[in-house]
Amino acid sequence: MPHQKMPKLLTSEITPQDVYRQRREFMRLAAGTALGAALPYPIFAGEKLPDRVKSAYELSDKLTPYEDVTHYNNYYEFGTDKESPAKTAGSLKIRPWTVSVEGEVRNPKIWDIDSLMKLAALEDRVYRLRCVEAWSMVVPWVGFPLAELIKRAEPTGNAKFVEFTTLNDSAQMPGVNSSVLDWPYREGLRLDEALHPLTLLTFGLYGEVLPNQNGAPVRLVVPWKYGFKSAKSIVRIKFMEQMPVSSWMKAGPSEYGFYSNVNPTVDHPRWSQAKERRIGDFFKRPTLPFNGYADQVAQLYTGMDLQKFF
Amino acid sequence: MLITPTKAQQDKCLLAAKRLAFLVALIPLVKLLWLGFHHGLGANPIEKITRTTGYWTLALIMITLMATPIKALSGWSWPIRWRRMLGLFAFFYACLHFLTYLVLDQFFDWAAIVKDIAKRPYITVGFPAFLMLIPLAITSTHKMIQRLGARRWKRLHKLIYVIGIAGVFHFWWLVKKDITEPMQFAAVLTVLLGFRFVRWWRLR
Repeated sequence: MPHQKMPKLLTSEITPQDVYRQRREFMRLAAGTALGAALPYPIFAGEKLPDRVKSAYELSDKLTPYEDVTHYNNYYEFGTDKESPAKTAGSLKIRPWTVSVEGEVRNPKIWDIDSLMKLAALEDRVYRLRCVEAWSMVVPWVGFPLAELIKRAEPTGNAKFVEFTTLNDSAQMPGVNSSVLDWPYREGLRLDEALHPLTLLTFGLYGEVLPNQNGAPVRLVVPWKYGFKSAKSIVRIKFMEQMPVSSWMKAGPSEYGFYSNVNPTVDHPRWSQAKERRIGDFFKRPTLPFNGYADQVAQLYTGMDLQKFF
Repeated sequence: MLITPTKAQQDKCLLAAKRLAFLVALIPLVKLLWLGFHHGLGANPIEKITRTTGYWTLALIMITLMATPIKALSGWSWPIRWRRMLGLFAFFYACLHFLTYLVLDQFFDWAAIVKDIAKRPYITVGFPAFLMLIPLAITSTHKMIQRLGARRWKRLHKLIYVIGIAGVFHFWWLVKKDITEPMQFAAVLTVLLGFRFVRWWRLR
């Protein structure tokens, strides 16, 4: 993959991270005293997200280290190997950023990312993440249920599905110059899946703003489905009557289904899904149905043949 | 004026070069060990080791397959004289690759391994390719060549064509979507086997 030409920068021109963090911290404190909780809100990866509330979504599993969560990423817009996104995603500009909520809704709206972040209380939630490639992590995300946004959008009676679209900008994303997937990256959920309280509109991890390689400034986290269902850097959320066709469904219809629920009994044609390697572990562990969230989500699929609707 | 090196000087030079090639072929292993001891293998070390040893197995198979065309085109015979060493290195990396799968990845879970061989097409072709390398490694000594006779030995070692093809399919079927690297190997292998085919066709 050809590397993006980067403009030459003198080291002296780069503001050290601790300096800009201090600067922003100062501004936030100043704003806090002078203007109440107005500007500036944290923007950059690594900045603490304030006013988070604890949630009931805790796990006894050991957290995957921050370093691994942020340096082992599948984000094909920034390259197809897992080390690339951490190296190249710095070119993604996360402000200004808007998310268009459209389609079968009574209140379509183009949300500015800063107002979207304040739409509901940000929660700390620890979820298991299971990749279709048979590895897994445990990640403390920060976000609020997607349902909060959906409620405000007021889906019409025709809305049966929701489609999520990732930014597609070759100037910021070197990977979209390759035709490895059909860009922009699209993913989808059934409306009831999107409304499920586990489905998280996510802005941070480890209490801090999302690093670009993890899908900044806003991504989805659907913990009972394989990781690729959780679209990153979302610019559009569209409510539809017909089932959307996701990028991975297009790429390999026999390998990636619309539902893609974590299911140890349905193997990917090229690898078994019975077990997974938790990043940091030596031994593999058995994969749980719905990634361990069966109690919460299995009822969404009653009566469905999950071998067929994989 | 030019001084033509004597035969002895040439041989000395080539021997030094061969020793250097031996060390170069060890670099991927040394690098893996170095990274392993310095937390440099990333979040998923087992995947990294598997990928690296697999890559170099395939690369070394391609390199050994270059010896014959190089000799035919340039007359140089040293690639042929290096071929056994490099072929054994291919086998060495293939063993590391297989052991990584057996011990680190599956940890002797025989049921899972049998299932993989039966159900995962990339393993279905990869495993026999590994098995086929074994007789080639065993018969790589001078003694074995004499025992088998040059003719039978040559015929046996044509297995490497099948192994090369199986190896490329193994890589191709394993990758999820970005087939750039398997395609590069496929292109190189097509040229190398194509050369042999054309030569055979013309001598027919």
